[in-house]
Amino acid sequence: MAGKIGVYFDLQNIGGGLDVEALAAQTRDKWGDLTAVVKVVPLLAEAVDEIRADIETQSLDGVLLCGASPRVDGDLYRFSVQVEHVNLREQCVLAYRNPDNSPVDSEEAPELLTLMARDYVNMGVVKLQKSEVPDSAAIKGVPRILVIGGGWTGLTAAAEAAATGYEVVLVEKAEKLGGAACNIPTGSPLGPLWTDKQPVNLAAKIEKVTGDKSITVHCNARMEKLEGQPGEFTAVIATSGGPVTVQVGAVVLATGWTPLDEKYLAPMGLGVSPMVVHAAQFGKMLAAGQVTARRIAFVLDTTLAEEAVRKAAEETAEAPAEAAKPAPEEGEAKPFVKEDLESIKHLQYSNAVNSVGMLRLANTICEKTDDATQAFILYKDMTVPGILERFYKKMQNRLGVMMTKADVTEIRDHGDRMVVACKNTLLGMDFDLDVDMVVVPTGLVPTTAKDVTVNFAYRQGPDFPDLDLFDGFADSNYICFPYETRRTGVYAAGCVRQPLTMDACEEDARGAVLKAVQCIEAAGHGVAVHPRSGDRSYPVFNFVRCTQCKRCTEECPFGALDDDEKGTPKPNPARCRRCGTCFGACPERVISFANYNIDQIGSMIREVQVPKDFKKEGPRILILACENDAYPALDMAGMRRKAWSPYCRVIPVRCLGSVNAIWVSDAMSKGFDGVMLLGCKYGDDYQCHFVKGSEICNRRKENIAETLNRLGVQPERVDQLEVAIDEYDKVPDLIDGFVARITALGPNPFKGM
Amino acid sequence: MSNAILVVGGGFSGLTAAIEAAELGHDVYIVEKSPWLGGRVAQLNKYFPKLCPPSCGLEIQFQRIRKNPRIKCLTLAEVVGLTGRKGDYSVRVRLSPRRTAPHNVDFSLLASTLEGQSPSEFDLGLCGRKGLYKSMPFAFPGRYVLDPSTLSKADAARVAGNKFLDLTEQEREIELNVGAIVVATGWKPYDVTRLTNLGAGSVKNCVSNMQLERLASPFGPTSGRIVRPSDGRAPHNVAFVQCAGSRDQNHLNYCSYICCMATLKHCLYLAEQNPESLITVYYIDLRAPGRYVNVLEKVKALPNVRFVKGKAADAVQAEGDRVRLTVEDAVRGEKLTLDYDLVVLATGMQPSLAGENPPLPVPLDEDGFIAGGEEAGIFAAGCARMPLDVTRSAQSGTAAALKAVQTVKGR
Repeated sequence: MAGKIGVYFDLQNIGGGLDVEALAAQTRDKWGDLTAVVKVVPLLAEAVDEIRADIETQSLDGVLLCGASPRVDGDLYRFSVQVEHVNLREQCVLAYRNPDNSPVDSEEAPELLTLMARDYVNMGVVKLQKSEVPDSAAIKGVPRILVIGGGWTGLTAAAEAAATGYEVVLVEKAEKLGGAACNIPTGSPLGPLWTDKQPVNLAAKIEKVTGDKSITVHCNARMEKLEGQPGEFTAVIATSGGPVTVQVGAVVLATGWTPLDEKYLAPMGLGVSPMVVHAAQFGKMLAAGQVTARRIAFVLDTTLAEEAVRKAAEETAEAPAEAAKPAPEEGEAKPFVKEDLESIKHLQYSNAVNSVGMLRLANTICEKTDDATQAFILYKDMTVPGILERFYKKMQNRLGVMMTKADVTEIRDHGDRMVVACKNTLLGMDFDLDVDMVVVPTGLVPTTAKDVTVNFAYRQGPDFPDLDLFDGFADSNYICFPYETRRTGVYAAGCVRQPLTMDACEEDARGAVLKAVQCIEAAGHGVAVHPRSGDRSYPVFNFVRCTQCKRCTEECPFGALDDDEKGTPKPNPARCRRCGTCFGACPERVISFANYNIDQIGSMIREVQVPKDFKKEGPRILILACENDAYPALDMAGMRRKAWSPYCRVIPVRCLGSVNAIWVSDAMSKGFDGVMLLGCKYGDDYQCHFVKGSEICNRRKENIAETLNRLGVQPERVDQLEVAIDEYDKVPDLIDGFVARITALGPNPFKGM
Repeated sequence: MSNAILVVGGGFSGLTAAIEAAELGHDVYIVEKSPWLGGRVAQLNKYFPKLCPPSCGLEIQFQRIRKNPRIKCLTLAEVVGLTGRKGDYSVRVRLSPRRTAPHNVDFSLLASTLEGQSPSEFDLGLCGRKGLYKSMPFAFPGRYVLDPSTLSKADAARVAGNKFLDLTEQEREIELNVGAIVVATGWKPYDVTRLTNLGAGSVKNCVSNMQLERLASPFGPTSGRIVRPSDGRAPHNVAFVQCAGSRDQNHLNYCSYICCMATLKHCLYLAEQNPESLITVYYIDLRAPGRYVNVLEKVKALPNVRFVKGKAADAVQAEGDRVRLTVEDAVRGEKLTLDYDLVVLATGMQPSLAGENPPLPVPLDEDGFIAGGEEAGIFAAGCARMPLDVTRSAQSGTAAALKAVQTVKGR
């Protein structure tokens, strides 16, 4: 609780539109001793030393900076006490317009603008007053990383983690290390100049791991469970010698892939004719010196396989639907069943690794047989993106290697040979190719599509949520943040995340190790990891009032909350990303952060002066805006002089997921005429940095609307609008449209009660 | 000895490397040549495959920087000298004058009153910029730049005496002590003037893919409307020329990784803005690696987009400021000559260091990509190393951060 606040007004940045001295005077009058210092400074950026001195001499425990947006010059305002910003520039002075759009008098601050600024300053004071410096939930981070999977990526990760000074426990399912790389003695390039095949030197890589004292290897082993939280996970590993329990700080998931079921490639002859193999099988045969065929077709065009699946799907769709299974009862505990996500898609997604792989294999067989072999590469699109174009050029430059674009329309067994029918080729004609072996692509199916790899002992179940969004890959939804999973402290790398070539797997392993190390250190300092990196606050539960309704445990996007048999939530602060979705969910409001809580935002809402006379003084609209997208969009709108209705008051929230229904009630009982929830786009391509915030909020909004309806308040008074961060030119219209709808509805029936 | 890390380049991979290392507790310096962070992605309208705005991810990165006192950002800065060795480098950095106050000042009104203009580097010459400017609304740091050479006489009088502008500010040099270096100098669009057969940039309404991004951007020269630069009209017939410079021994001897996906994204922009438009894509291979095939399928399903395997041989001006393309249909073996309202050259990426002589002890390959340096504690990240998309650049930056951290750890 800040009890002695210094309030500073930045004359330079807000003086043009506001009577700043009057604003300062009202702040002094209203808050008295709480605001021990109230100053108007000519330029805030040059008052930093003065503020620092005031903090010392006046024993301030909070500083309120009224001027530009908090998104501006943040590096200048680092003080030893809590700091809050009141955005009087971008979202007040610059965003101001008269309600009737008449020109703003430049001589005197319009009354509505003054009222708005006053509200914002008062809200800022209350926000600080209701905020505390969080003590951190630091734990002793165990400096040990669990690497699941001992293939190419896992071996790289283990060695890199050890090189960074961390102990490693490596769990491998098979009896020996190496995974798929065991069958690839020579691979695609692993480094500059990206031109030629390269021995992978797997033995040396394995030796580096097995010879390192800080790395413990368990082969023939799998994860029985992972429980606890980053910094202090307990991993139980099932080994041939019984379960092994080990403490680890973070996890790198590198469980790789398994080949796509042969049935999907049957239309291309796999499993039908012994003369057809898939690329990984061919690589294994080649390494073992078992390839005797001398005319070989490498077929990259997978249309045959795709069409067969499409046709089968159409037939199934036409067949009468089976009786729908009865839906499980509401609240009935459903046992976890792993959904098999393997599909033909995995073949398509493996296009680049197969293009690169087949080039290498075709070149190798020609090289090994002194070009006595003819290798035909038939492709629709040669997917060798980027620098590997150099490799492509080198590989095809070999006497025995022939390539053409071709639509492969049939692959048939002709007894002693295979016939591959090619159309639309670059040779100016269609032809049938006679070969004695056909190599079809290998579909890389991520292990996470078929198995529960980590076995989380979490309330929300043993698997990663939403794997279906990525067709079973343990991938991130964020283009900018490729290592984010919904299980804090567990970072996927290699082909379990995406089909990758070996060089990319190595790079990926390094990235995942960095994130794992970072997560351990963050847990040790009691701070959050991405995206609120460094945040010391964490949710605190008042269990006395908890009714065990389980909403928080169910809705947490990161599965941070476990529970006991009675259903009482059990927080794991190091899993938490500090979005506040839990407290948004809580009907009893027992969850809070030291510096962000229900009472704080509720108090800010109540601090707004809502006029009684709707007709004369206009409506009041509360906007709860996500600080990550909507709030910056509003800032930029203001900077671009796209003003919006002066009847609105904006409060930034950490995520729309943190919006608790009580805030809407607070606003309604205060007399606000409408509440607008402004957040990001949701759906499969969601942009929420906390995964589900705007989606959850929208769901809750329905309930809120229902409640309002029962109370005789039109449900349209609460609406959620989606806005992307770059829609700054549209957001003012969105707001004004909402204000117009509310104005048409007339005053909130509770106003003045 | 120092356990600080220098990151050269403030684009996406550099930012990622810097932030990831700093969040592990290391002091990090970002040295960025331009006035703001964000690099090439700041110029993009949307990312494939999600079609989400780049400023969304940048906002989070900037928040992380604002909160982290360990990160020092030096903009308008260039490394001009380096001595020492792994673990103990002394780096000389030249800081060009910004000529505006070292804090945020809203110069928008003053800037709007200025009349002098220079071609906008940020908008790739599609429009002008003032002598006092900030290229993007999300600029970080949010500070303007004053460029005296663009000021007219009247402009000079207007800015004179403004206490937050300093026309006399000089360039200066500082020295940094670091233990490891991440080089994330990124890429530049291949110079279209070298593509003589494709008009060398002088054919009207023949634009580059990066110019199309600016046209589609809400803060671009047309506020996001994709129009013909010559007359501001929405194009009906549009062609994309893939591998404009890439996969070509005379130009870029590699594939630029992103141009196929960028073109697919551009088809989606166009289809959204003008569902009536007819689009033809001339390509050698459609490279949509991995799950990106879903975007390819989505675009292939559009009724108005056609894909023709074939390379464009020639682009010239036709009547009505249209562009005449001569193309070879590789499958049918036909030569086609067709006129388009707008032609987009999918120009590739060239490493920024190509043709440069950076004062860093790193070997460059013949195309200008970094091909080593690890033994010296210098790690390449992102498109300085190879052509990559944003996701892979972020991975690459994170991986480079690990190597840098290993290098300085325990020192």
